[in-house]
Amino acid sequence: MTRISLLSDQNDSHSHAGEESDSTPHQMIEIEDEDNKSPTKKIKDLEVCVPIVYGTMSFWLGRKATETQSHMWTVYVRGATNEDLGVVIKRVVFQLHPSFTNARRVVESPPFELTERGWGEFEIAISIFFHDDVCDKQLDLFHLLKLYSEVEHGPLSTKKPVIVESYDEIVFPDPSEEFLARVLNHPSVIVPQLPATLNLPPGPIEDVHEKKRGDTKDHPLGQWFIRFSEADELLKLAEARQQVQNYIVKLRRRLSMLEGSAPTLKTSVS
Amino acid sequence: MDAKDILGLPKISLPIPQEKKSRPQKDSQRKPDGISREVYALTGGVAPLMPSVDVNQLKKRHQPENEKITWEWLAFTNSARKDNLQLYHWVRVVNGTPPTGDYSFAKYNKSVDVVKYTDEEYEKHLMDPAWTKEETDQLFDLCERFDLRFVVIADRFSSSRSVEELKNRYYSVSRAVLIARAPSPADISGHPLVKEPYNISQEIERKRALSMVLSQTKHQERKDAEVISEAKKISESRMAAKAAQDAELPVTSSISPEGVEKTTAPVDTASPSNMQVSVGVAPLMSMAENAAAAAASLRMLRVYLRTYALDQMVQAASSSAGLRTIKRVEQFLQELKVNLKPKVPTKAVCAEHLELRKEILTLLNLQKLLQNKEEGSSYRESSYTETPETPKDRAFIPDSVSFGAMSAERVGKRDQKRKGPGREAPSSPAQSKRPRKLKATDS
Repeated sequence: MTRISLLSDQNDSHSHAGEESDSTPHQMIEIEDEDNKSPTKKIKDLEVCVPIVYGTMSFWLGRKATETQSHMWTVYVRGATNEDLGVVIKRVVFQLHPSFTNARRVVESPPFELTERGWGEFEIAISIFFHDDVCDKQLDLFHLLKLYSEVEHGPLSTKKPVIVESYDEIVFPDPSEEFLARVLNHPSVIVPQLPATLNLPPGPIEDVHEKKRGDTKDHPLGQWFIRFSEADELLKLAEARQQVQNYIVKLRRRLSMLEGSAPTLKTSVS
Repeated sequence: MDAKDILGLPKISLPIPQEKKSRPQKDSQRKPDGISREVYALTGGVAPLMPSVDVNQLKKRHQPENEKITWEWLAFTNSARKDNLQLYHWVRVVNGTPPTGDYSFAKYNKSVDVVKYTDEEYEKHLMDPAWTKEETDQLFDLCERFDLRFVVIADRFSSSRSVEELKNRYYSVSRAVLIARAPSPADISGHPLVKEPYNISQEIERKRALSMVLSQTKHQERKDAEVISEAKKISESRMAAKAAQDAELPVTSSISPEGVEKTTAPVDTASPSNMQVSVGVAPLMSMAENAAAAAASLRMLRVYLRTYALDQMVQAASSSAGLRTIKRVEQFLQELKVNLKPKVPTKAVCAEHLELRKEILTLLNLQKLLQNKEEGSSYRESSYTETPETPKDRAFIPDSVSFGAMSAERVGKRDQKRKGPGREAPSSPAQSKRPRKLKATDS
């Protein structure tokens, strides 16, 4: 049984701007290796996360629309800035409305998307399966297919699609060493700063610099993808927190004044 | 290019409207008999305000031809009376023969069967040190006279006895006589007097409680409600703390068998800075504990979504607060124009969001505290009872607030389990499914 324990400060966990510094020191990182046999070495207190966007985009077919096929739509799970998710995700299963033939659609390789024609809106269950070294559990998402815009009430347009996307992050707490080594430099995965002493098995050397984050090139629907800005959200939250904190200070002051004045009142009465 | 193209409708004509026309009208809308079509049309199918009964529809009165009916002013006697008083009333006389038999209302003169006991029975079964025989006799006499109206009986009773005492004596005597006379206990086991004996102490207690509730003032009522809700809150927060502790145990022990990190393991999410922020909040400890438990249980999952983690942490952070407080926090977020659920839930955004929620919770608690203090100093004697748990809501209004401008909130995905129709259901046309009624996600 080998045990490596080390301490590390989590001063730069990921590349996110405005990452809040966690004041508590990062915990012991510990690699347990039972008799050098078990293939899964878990790394404690590290989390690997994969930012994804899932949703649907639908185009009205215009003159080509028929009664049962008025729209062409695509449901997809993509990297937040359209990176290749194949390194983490093995397979995605889209469960469509039972009126579709073969309502359970399995997509075995990236891009994880599915295009169909139809006329009705319904909820699509999206099950994500991961590679063996990543996680043996599946993750389920739910998305409501939208064909008709709620925002724009005008005549339908064949040019502009109706897009509904959600940003989320898939989090793997305590990832396996193998997985970590494999995705360490992959653009689709956010890996926190690793302690220097951690020896990972050599990962794949190829295509490390081939793709960068934010690589939204060559997707036919790429121009419509929503860009999710973390900075905007953080700015808004910071402003709100400032307001609330100011008010807390004000309240505290009033409270302490009240507490201070109460006894003096009493003495003046007596 | 035709009108349909311009409107963006598919070109298939709709078969359904024609079908509808040929279908017969529903029964409820059919013209009732006895009203002319023109008159009915004026009502527009709406039921008239005045009842209009068609004479033809009424049941014909059955009256044989050979019957001659007269009404006569005749004397009658009432068998329910014992004084043979003669009164007169109008009687329906058929063919000159007045109806025979008893006065029709006599049967409604019900009287109670009050048990009669003999002297011998009294000696044998009914002796009671609290009651003399004379008193008991008088009681039964009055019971018969006033048909067991015990309030009246108590009023007329010579010695002062409470209604409960009278009832108790009456029912116990009746019961004893009944049991003594029965050939076997099985014969009278179903009798109400035997089955449900009168319980004087419970009856006294019941009336006392009732009168207490009735004589309670509004003030006391409110005070009670407050105490109860306060107690409920305390017990809830204790339960939550306990649950958090329980959840922590297996996780910490699974981390390392040596127990090296047991003490430090679950605390990393509730950093000391959080604690400082929320000073002045009573259920602080449970909040931190809950957060730790939530973080630990998340770690047990091998994969989860960031939004799920946020939900769990939000729940943990507000578990000690009441439903109302949670609602007010959300209201507050809306006033600050912050999304209730972040649109870009990265780790940093979620952490900030959680902190913001905690700070708002602190703020609300401070507001409450301050209000209590202020009212307490103005009139100390009622400082507790007079402060309900709603501090004046609009004490704080953020600078950039416009009310009602709710930030569009993403509807929970799982709530929309509504299955829409799919592709292969051509019987209903596309237009009819175009409604913009779906509550849907924004963005």
